Amino acid sequence: MELYYLTLEEAIKGLKKKSFSALELTRACLERIKSVDKKIFAFLTINEEEALKVAKKADVLIKTSLDIFNQKPLLGIPIALKDLFTSKDLRTTAGAKIISNYIPPYDATVVKKLKKAGVIILGKTNEDAWGHGSSGENSDYGATKNPYDLNRVPGGSSSGSGAAVAAGECFMATGTDTGSSVRLPAAFCNLIGLKPTYGRVSRYGIIAMASSFDSIGHITRTVYDNAKILEVTAGKDPYDATTSMVEVPKYTSLLKKEIKGLKIGIPKEYFVEGIDKRVKVATLTAIKKLELMGAKILDVSLPHTDVAMACYYVLVPSEVSSNLARFDGIRYGNKREIFGDEAKRRIMLGTYTLSAGYYDAYYLKAAKVRRLIKQDFEKVLKTVDVIVTPSSPSVPFKIGEKAKNPLQMYLSDIFLCPVNIAGVPSLNVPCGFIDNLPVGMQIIGKHFNENLLYQVGYAYEQVTNWHTKRPNL
Amino acid sequence: MKQKLTKEEVLHIAKLANLHLTDEEVIKFQKQLSEVVDYFRKLDKVNTENVKPVAQLAELTNVTMPDRVDETRVLKRDEALKNANSTKDGYFKVKSLFNPE
Repeated sequence: MELYYLTLEEAIKGLKKKSFSALELTRACLERIKSVDKKIFAFLTINEEEALKVAKKADVLIKTSLDIFNQKPLLGIPIALKDLFTSKDLRTTAGAKIISNYIPPYDATVVKKLKKAGVIILGKTNEDAWGHGSSGENSDYGATKNPYDLNRVPGGSSSGSGAAVAAGECFMATGTDTGSSVRLPAAFCNLIGLKPTYGRVSRYGIIAMASSFDSIGHITRTVYDNAKILEVTAGKDPYDATTSMVEVPKYTSLLKKEIKGLKIGIPKEYFVEGIDKRVKVATLTAIKKLELMGAKILDVSLPHTDVAMACYYVLVPSEVSSNLARFDGIRYGNKREIFGDEAKRRIMLGTYTLSAGYYDAYYLKAAKVRRLIKQDFEKVLKTVDVIVTPSSPSVPFKIGEKAKNPLQMYLSDIFLCPVNIAGVPSLNVPCGFIDNLPVGMQIIGKHFNENLLYQVGYAYEQVTNWHTKRPNL
Repeated sequence: MKQKLTKEEVLHIAKLANLHLTDEEVIKFQKQLSEVVDYFRKLDKVNTENVKPVAQLAELTNVTMPDRVDETRVLKRDEALKNANSTKDGYFKVKSLFNPE
């Protein structure tokens, strides 16, 4: 087994046992990147010199005392950051040409926390520019390819992060999820992707897309790995006033709880016409497996599902138009004409819906519909513990298939974006393959109930093998 | 009746958004934006009487911080200026606002 395909859990065990060093792990990942990244194009910036330096320092610390892992739980682990994450002295582009030369003077809170925990930052991953997209095709630098099929998309907007973890280029990659952007790449690349509760993880220093939707998540190869990272990234941050005071549990120690008696809700609005029948079958088969482990399946309803996309596409571009106003070429970046088409579209849509004469009909109306959608989820989650749905209505689609029609592209998020409207957490877990293409299901829970999502995902992972199937690169 | 944006509306929006569009872009975006705005009409049929809009998802109130400078967050002047295209004497340089053109 190649070092770079170990799980994060195995890597930490190996470092503690001194089976290999942090430097060897880092070199293995960097070699892997050199070998496969020209095929998948997951990375925009590679931090080789600094990564090797940090790895050597990590090895010195490990030699000195094994207790160091109590203070630095991720010591020596090579990871990647989505290029929306501000990283001090390391170029940050948001996948956009406007800030192609932006070198941040500070670290995002999450980056600071991960560094403090001892990670080694291999580089910054490619993405749809500004987070605008579900496929990776809106990157100003060129599209990342799905490692399972180079003619298909890896999902977006955290496209590079998904592809990098699936290809064995790193042990974890961060992402943001405003409407799909961690869960869809996780689903399309056979990985575990968490969209945490809004306010669970600090947004400070992460280039803002839609400030009342952005959730800061991450992608890993196993559920344990994912839980381990959330232990580090979650928590109140004085620099982000929307972060919650709710205590951060030790997620990894709560994984093995049985799911007997767990109530799972299946929303009827998510299993209708338009969804690939094979995806429906794969998801229902997975849910059946959970039932065999003792879970109870209940039919539920989320009645405002059919207006969720319209609600999302009024509110998000409105917030985008405000957040992208700062890119005026004065303190950083180039002139606004360099914005790509999708960015310009969203800025203009948002400007329109917020403008005088239209604000009431669009923005205010959508903000009220948002309340109804949020209440749908809260009501259902009082009667069941989790909701399970397919993550995508289709398998990973071909590059170019949806790119020409913006509205078609928007509808690929139809199962995922209502979750961001409500602010609840959701975890993508692999649940099968169709023609060798990954299929994922999402497990949605109550606010701040990530531990339960992990328990369900972990239970399912123990009785399946999907997560061990590697791409042919 | 399909909702369609006029060319003038597109140009007006672009001006508000500080975007300078080419003629081709105006035509292209007019079509694409009209399609999406038409899709928004789905919201019209939702009964939102007496529904309080969501202003802030976290539903937190009175989140404050002490009025103290955190030295660890203060950027040195050259750090703050280093990504700018145009600076002078330690300031960001911008286009003149008051000179008539």
